[in-house]
Amino acid sequence: MILHTVNKSPFERNALVSCLGHAQAGSSVLMIEDGVYGAIAGSQVADVVNNSLATVKIYVLEPDLAARGIAKEKLISGVQLIDYAGFVDLAADNTTVQAWL
Amino acid sequence: MKFSIQINEGPYQHQASDTAYLFTKAALEKGHEIFRVFFYHDGVNNGTRLTVPPQDDRNVIKRWSELSKQYNLDLVLCIAAAQRRGLLDENEAKRQGKDAHNIAEGFRISGLGQLIEAGIKADRLMVFGD
Amino acid sequence: MSEGTIKKFLYLNRKAPYGTIYALESLEVVLIGAAFDQDVSLAFVDDGVFQLTKNQNTKGIEMKGFSLVYNALGDYGITKLYVEKESLEERGLTLDDLQDVVYEDENDDYAEKKSILLVSRAEMGQMMETQNVVLSF
Repeated sequence: MILHTVNKSPFERNALVSCLGHAQAGSSVLMIEDGVYGAIAGSQVADVVNNSLATVKIYVLEPDLAARGIAKEKLISGVQLIDYAGFVDLAADNTTVQAWL
Repeated sequence: MKFSIQINEGPYQHQASDTAYLFTKAALEKGHEIFRVFFYHDGVNNGTRLTVPPQDDRNVIKRWSELSKQYNLDLVLCIAAAQRRGLLDENEAKRQGKDAHNIAEGFRISGLGQLIEAGIKADRLMVFGD
Repeated sequence: MSEGTIKKFLYLNRKAPYGTIYALESLEVVLIGAAFDQDVSLAFVDDGVFQLTKNQNTKGIEMKGFSLVYNALGDYGITKLYVEKESLEERGLTLDDLQDVVYEDENDDYAEKKSILLVSRAEMGQMMETQNVVLSF
């Protein structure tokens, strides 16, 4: 399965929505850098993220979240927090990594 | 497991090089192997030794050089991208008749074939960019 | 994977040409990569579909045009250009707005065949799952 990485705010670019539109059931999506804004509950893209959570695992890189002052309590429930070591594990556990630049 | 890393953006302007560095370091600390770090597009600017960042900030270039020294990392700047953007090693400066060269310690300049090889030889290719 | 194994390489193109250098430098990797005899596919998704429009004329912006290079990819053995239908539609384009990229099939008496494979978003997502190495620019 693919680990998809998204590093841009969904309010600036369509990378997250496009990624979720292509991600197959069972794959994983990791939000990094400005991509972490995609995990905020109640946002314009929250419904798309919520719907995807039924079939896709969604992760957020915690150091990027902390740097941007977004509290964990603000996140869509079901989104999982990981650190850089967890990022490495995700990349190893999936067969391919695809960056949505 | 063997990882290759591709970095498409320069230092400071984008977070790509920072994220790639922290990923690479975490992978090495977990005992994984890094086959190669390949710098492409503006990413070649990570290899200039002439940057002077403020003292209270991280030194992106030096950090790569030091990691390279510690783990014997292969840091490769794409020659075509580097020539466009004014990154030259000593040989290339001589060949092109330029009066200076500016490659930081631990980096080398080579062709795009090194990126393809990095994709073939590693178990995972990680791309960091804009 | 062992030495000599052929991997499936996907070049993922999601950016328009000229405004930034990504499309051109991506194409440079594709051309160099062709010498490595891997199983290569190109995907044109989102703004990446703008790379393939016909009648590109860069004279007025004094930049090197490279749109004709796509049509030469067949000579390098690169014959799979996946173009996403939804990405075209969202941008007010149809296949008629794109170049007619073709190749000569050496296994079929050099018959001229289309390199562009128009696929749905769902098919594109499935195709991505079959790849080993994804290069994004």
